[in-house]
Amino acid sequence: MAKRIDVKDLDIYYGDFLAVKGVNMVIEPRAVTALIGPSGCGKSTFLRTLNRMHEVIPGARVSGEVRVDDQDLYAPGVDPVGVRRRVGMVFQRPNPFPTMSIYDNVVAGVKLNSTRMKKSEMDDLVEGSLKGANLWKEVKDRLDKPGSGLSGGQQQRLCIARTIAVKPDVVLMDEPCSALDPISTLAIEDLINELKSDYTIVIVTHNMQQAARVSDMTGFFNLKATGEPGHLVEYDDTQKIFSNPGQKATEDYISGRFG
Amino acid sequence: MPDIDLDVPDQRETQSPRPSRPDRSPVADTPLLRPNLPRYAAPAMLVVAFAIVLALGLTVWSTNPVALLLETAVLFGAAIFTASALVEGRRNAVDRLVTVVVTTFFLLALLPLVSVLVEVVSDGYKRFDLQFFTYSMRGVVGEGGGAYAAIMGTLIITAVTTVVSVPIGILTAVYLVEYSRESRLGKVLTFFVDVMTGIPSIVAGLFAVALFVLFLGPGARAGVIGAVALSVLMIPVVVRSTEEMLRLVPNELREASYALGVSRWRTIVKVVLRTSVAGIVTGVTLAVARIIGETAPLLVTVGTTTSSNLNPFSGRMATLPVFSYYEYAQPGIPREPYLDRAWAAALTLIIIVMALNLIARLVSRLFAPKTGR
Amino acid sequence: MSTTSADRPTTRETPRYGDRVFAGLATGAGVLILVVLAGVAGFLLWQALPALTAAPEDVRGGEGLFSYIYPLAFGTILTALIALVIATPLSVGIALFITHYAPRRIALALGYVVDLLAAVPSIIYGLWGVYVVAPASVPVATWLSQWLGFLPFFGPDPSASGRTTLVVGVVLAIMILPVMTAVNREVFLQTPTLHEEASLALGATRWEMIRMAVIPFGRSGVISGAMLGLGRALGETMAVAIILSVAAGVHLDIIGTANSGTIAADIALQFPESSGLDVNTLVASGLVLFFITLLVNMAARWIIARRAEFSGAN
Repeated sequence: MAKRIDVKDLDIYYGDFLAVKGVNMVIEPRAVTALIGPSGCGKSTFLRTLNRMHEVIPGARVSGEVRVDDQDLYAPGVDPVGVRRRVGMVFQRPNPFPTMSIYDNVVAGVKLNSTRMKKSEMDDLVEGSLKGANLWKEVKDRLDKPGSGLSGGQQQRLCIARTIAVKPDVVLMDEPCSALDPISTLAIEDLINELKSDYTIVIVTHNMQQAARVSDMTGFFNLKATGEPGHLVEYDDTQKIFSNPGQKATEDYISGRFG
Repeated sequence: MPDIDLDVPDQRETQSPRPSRPDRSPVADTPLLRPNLPRYAAPAMLVVAFAIVLALGLTVWSTNPVALLLETAVLFGAAIFTASALVEGRRNAVDRLVTVVVTTFFLLALLPLVSVLVEVVSDGYKRFDLQFFTYSMRGVVGEGGGAYAAIMGTLIITAVTTVVSVPIGILTAVYLVEYSRESRLGKVLTFFVDVMTGIPSIVAGLFAVALFVLFLGPGARAGVIGAVALSVLMIPVVVRSTEEMLRLVPNELREASYALGVSRWRTIVKVVLRTSVAGIVTGVTLAVARIIGETAPLLVTVGTTTSSNLNPFSGRMATLPVFSYYEYAQPGIPREPYLDRAWAAALTLIIIVMALNLIARLVSRLFAPKTGR
Repeated sequence: MSTTSADRPTTRETPRYGDRVFAGLATGAGVLILVVLAGVAGFLLWQALPALTAAPEDVRGGEGLFSYIYPLAFGTILTALIALVIATPLSVGIALFITHYAPRRIALALGYVVDLLAAVPSIIYGLWGVYVVAPASVPVATWLSQWLGFLPFFGPDPSASGRTTLVVGVVLAIMILPVMTAVNREVFLQTPTLHEEASLALGATRWEMIRMAVIPFGRSGVISGAMLGLGRALGETMAVAIILSVAAGVHLDIIGTANSGTIAADIALQFPESSGLDVNTLVASGLVLFFITLLVNMAARWIIARRAEFSGAN
């Protein structure tokens, strides 16, 4: 069910301010694509336009095309709710619903979409999703406990389980490990590696080692100066980006000369 | 170029399915492309619904604004829900219905405000004349007379109340923010100040009465008793708003001042209070607006009188709200001149209160630091 | 520590002395407030005492203090509950409209407009209630009596003047709407963006997002806001005193001509013409009102405080 994302001439605005300019890229299915770049270069903003979550921010709008399986997400008549149902998102800070149990957190998205589900189907889905997020063994005895009682890393994996429970085509991750300790980070990275066999994964990260470890493709975003729009400098095979980048700016960033 | 396996579908077939992915997705699919109601549909339906309701209202039903609003909302809600459910699906239909409901609720809340203003202005303007502001009610029976004494009484009592309440309120807020440091007294005080905001105004009046029985004996009436009652109502409001403003002052400012060797109390006066003065003025203005229209405590503490008494420490005083109440409640015959005076007093009162609110908003908008959502 | 008779006294002043005086003043003001609050209870008790100990036949009504106060307490609670039932859903809806539906640019202004409802003095609500709401309520009351007459609240003879418990409840609902809306608005705004975005990213519509993230987060805030509103409604005086046509005793019928009075309105109506034991009786009823509102407000504040700790831990 993983799908290819084709981005054409995408400009992103906040009100009148052009935040990201002219992005063209093809994101491959069943692969991990990492987006790196200095703060404020628009990589998180760009990520949000892939499931129209930027529309939550007042004044944010785009021009251009984002095609998932040849369907433009911004064509008239496209339902943003349907887009988000197919393109899931994991956020920087783990955000399980605090008033819900672990079980209810996993099925939260499913309950919105389905009319009636049998209890056994629901149980299977919870088990499958939690196994898919490598969390089942840790929580199977306390599914009725609140999700906020878990550790940060566990909460983030719960959020991933919640995201994959609705069977999306694409999973977007916005710096999913930046609020986690190294061991939890490792667990998430392992999980990303497993998930890529089923999903198209796009991950924004500040951590270049992480990009090198988990991704197949890497896109480097940069901005010429503060106030200028961010843009995609280079997009290529991760190995090539990190060993033999085509652009000077990419090399400078990766070698730690700025950013 | 990167070596990407473009032959993805084949790879997927050979791959053993993960146990975590049941083949049949239990999730009902939300279509990516869904039919939308055209943009003009909702406004068009709203106009039609209102037209129907209005036509019915003019002929058989009622043109009461509340009835018109509710009937339009019900008709429009039903129409948009049905249309959306047929075209866009149940979830979107529910979403649209809730939007109609909350918007209706908001408009419903505006109606009383508009209605009150219309009523007060349309009944109050009749006696809103020079005589009303320059004459008292001494010896007046029937037409004529005015609220001069009442207006002066209200101003005097409000002034006394403000003079008592503002220092106590601000100092208490300073204590809570700058000195209490999580002490038990601080916690208890915060709690009881909040509780105090809920004291019924009539109870505050009774308290002042009971207190002054001690000094003046039973049955005493004086402006200052009313001022004490109103202070009980005003102090917690001043404390809360000042406290909020003081907490907005960043700690860096205080530390910068200490680092210059400025003593603590001077830092509080010259830095903290100076920085938040606009917010404090706003809070005090709103507090004055709140107590200036209080009727019940003055009814039991100050009473009323027909002639003007400018001495708050002795004898009954007329005040605007109580004046309005008695003109309404104990009119002579014919009733009209009395009721006209009651409404004119109400109009005066509402103008004062609205002006105070406006001033407060202006002060806070012009001088307050910018804050986010 | 010695200051010479200084040429620049303000700068030569010993800081420690100034600090101590200022701290003393601030603490004193705080303590004064606690003393006043204790004084409210103390003085009311002191003035109510003669009525508590008086012979039943001497108390107004001739049947003792309890028989005098309990119909009033019943009326107070009945009108306040009617107000609460009307105002709670309205305030939640209005707060949601302002925080999540209205364009953000005008949301703040809309909030002010609702706040203006709180600025209107209660005497004006009273006059407005008598001249606008009461007449308008008569057809509604007739309808209620006709179709829902089997309920004890809607008697067979609706009041022709409309000066009923129901109208008082409606006017009180409008009066407590701003404070409840303000609390709800506050808690709905505090909903973490994280949770709102989490539900949107799962493909929730706006209403589903509100149900998943905003309402569960704001529930205790809504409850405490309702308690604050209840406290206001219980203590409201003038609007009730002006609107309600009162008859002695307990009346469940909220649209009839005979309505139970409320404690606060009864005090305002009777006090100016009372003396001696009657004053003590009224103060005793005020004391009852004081304790009822105190309990309600303390409960509300307790819920808010507990909630603050809860969200602070996150």
